Amino acid sequence: MTSYHLDHLQYLETEAIHVMREVAAEFERPAILFSGGKDSICLLRLAEKAFRPSEIPMPLLNIDTGHHFPELNEFRDRRAAELRARLIVRKVEDAIARGIAVPSPGEVSRNRLQIPTLLAAIEEFRFDCLIGGARRDEEKARAKERFFSFRDAFGQWDPKNQRPEIWNLYNTRVNPGEHMRAFPLSNWTELDVWEYIRRERLEVPSIYFSHKRLCVRRNGQWLPVTDLLPPKPGEEVRELTVRVRTIGDIISTGMIESRADSVDDIIAEIAAARVTERGARADDKVSEAAMEDRKKAGYF
Amino acid sequence: MPHRQHPIEILRFNTCGSVDDGKSTLIGRLLYDSKSLMEDQLEALERSADITGGGQINLANLTDGLRAEREQGITIDVAYRYFATPRRKFIVADTPGHVQYTRNMVTGASTANLSVVLVDARQGVTEQSRRHTYIAATLGIPHLVIAVNKMDLVGWDRERFLEIRETFEAFLPRLDAFKDVKFIPISALHGDNVVEPSPHTPWYEGPTLLRHLENVHIASDWNLTAFRFPVQWVNRPHAPTDPQLHDFRGLSGQIAGGIVKAGQKVLVLPAGLRTTVKQIWTYDGPLAEAFCPQSVTLLLEHDLDVSRGDMIVGPEHLPGMSTELRAKLCWMHPRPLRPGAKFFLKHTTHTVQAVVTRLENRVNIATFDPEPDPPELAMNDLGDVQIKTSKPVIFDAYTFNRLTGSFILIEHGTNATVAAGMLHPPTELVKPEYTDFAI
Repeated sequence: MTSYHLDHLQYLETEAIHVMREVAAEFERPAILFSGGKDSICLLRLAEKAFRPSEIPMPLLNIDTGHHFPELNEFRDRRAAELRARLIVRKVEDAIARGIAVPSPGEVSRNRLQIPTLLAAIEEFRFDCLIGGARRDEEKARAKERFFSFRDAFGQWDPKNQRPEIWNLYNTRVNPGEHMRAFPLSNWTELDVWEYIRRERLEVPSIYFSHKRLCVRRNGQWLPVTDLLPPKPGEEVRELTVRVRTIGDIISTGMIESRADSVDDIIAEIAAARVTERGARADDKVSEAAMEDRKKAGYF
Repeated sequence: MPHRQHPIEILRFNTCGSVDDGKSTLIGRLLYDSKSLMEDQLEALERSADITGGGQINLANLTDGLRAEREQGITIDVAYRYFATPRRKFIVADTPGHVQYTRNMVTGASTANLSVVLVDARQGVTEQSRRHTYIAATLGIPHLVIAVNKMDLVGWDRERFLEIRETFEAFLPRLDAFKDVKFIPISALHGDNVVEPSPHTPWYEGPTLLRHLENVHIASDWNLTAFRFPVQWVNRPHAPTDPQLHDFRGLSGQIAGGIVKAGQKVLVLPAGLRTTVKQIWTYDGPLAEAFCPQSVTLLLEHDLDVSRGDMIVGPEHLPGMSTELRAKLCWMHPRPLRPGAKFFLKHTTHTVQAVVTRLENRVNIATFDPEPDPPELAMNDLGDVQIKTSKPVIFDAYTFNRLTGSFILIEHGTNATVAAGMLHPPTELVKPEYTDFAI
């Protein structure tokens, strides 16, 4: 080693490993939120770096909306098995059946219903800290998140009452019933995530790469054609060469037209992109404060 | 296909100034002019221009993220922004200017390499400017930029710029803190000297703000002098059937100072036991040496009883070890601090019980003078205090190492983070000759 110097990915990596080890050391029942998406894929590699040669000392948790891309769930299960990690899946469907999550009349999206499902899982397993892959560059309300984000007994985030976070001294103390969300990727950008995936040679679900898919034009976006929200008469349907940039539910994730079929291509595409990652998600377009409202209610 | 890329460094900076000095506008300008904005962000900006800005694009809308801020037109918390140029990546903490939010400035600035203090050219140097400069100095931020903003509103007057510069230069030496200080005349609103050089300041020969941020020398901002390794997590695989892992007992953590080499002698504190680093283990394979701030797992020659909160140090440049501490404290809670109050004190990976035994002084921010024996420290006050801890703390002076010289105080019951502390130099160092090893 010739110079005592970290490049940007090494810096972000050591910062994130530090956060994950703080969680392992200071909480009794933590878990890692793992969806199979690109950010949580990075989280799992960071967990390996933080804890190997030991087993990852916490389970993985996923809230399955029932509207996931099938490719994503297949990847999720396989990756968890490869890592010999315990994967806990809680389904919105079951939460609805048990009356924990109550859909509004005609509500098709499962986005809002994830929240009570998640909070019920926290109660069931008495999790005191959930590690998530959220990044501050995703959205304006996220830009104000701490690495350790305190949630009260109702799982709520209060942006006006956040603990000051100074140096790398994280105050992880919570009272019974309260919990913490920890975000090791806080300082990562979308480009950093892909550069890390490239450096670490991480596998990602196939839907991130260019493929042919039948899409329907809705609210200015190309959405995948599914049985959940079939095209209505008069809606434009086309087979396109597309990929996903960010993954939400299959009924609300905009596909982008792309020929990027390798990580290198994706990095080149993002570097030249003129729209943010979340610009492709209909759930954020509802209002300018959409994310802020969901976070206050206990969203990821 | 391998990409050949030169390594890109990260520079962390924060912006501070009084309300309406144009902090958010400046960050918006940096993002806008460095082409870090995307079309949907620009669209949102244009949409909000119709509602709040009377048709004029308001760059501050890019950073004033929370709804309450948009309604009140002020920034109420630290917001982080990210942008990159081909030379560097930047993490920006936008820290608010009102008096009552000093704690947020401390939050945003504690990890910064550089602070940008904004001064309104019309207002000149205010008490807020002095306070922010003082806090930046106290936090040990190595590099300072004084951005004299709204130069367009004083007719790009060179004399006005020099006057403000002289006011700063009159008090900066008293702070004795920064490695370098740069004064830059700008207009955040119009973009002069932010990314592009201004045609209005032929008398200014220095770099634009962005050029300076790209070039300021930050390689030596970490302490590489004295090895410090706070043990964060004991790594024991519990794999009795795997002969490779059966005896694995690793100490995981982030190096908080200096360099460690495989085979070197180290001291485990507070026990004072000497041993040797057998291996520097990482997921990517063993390292011959590692340095601050890398995260590694150390394997020691002897099977010692080491746990979280212990510190492994090199045999030279020993740290202090004491239950009696002196520190500069920034009080961050609405309930004032009075002598005798008890807290949890978190220092590196070590949390101990602590009592604040004495308030030595409270700093007068206007004069920087310490006022002795205050009855209390109120929210946003800074002062020197004495603390007694239940167990010895292994530490360095904050001015020597920000990571091993800092702590936070946590209130019992509410678990609120109530203070940030910066330790004064130890009066007594660890004396290894008294604690010879026990193997």
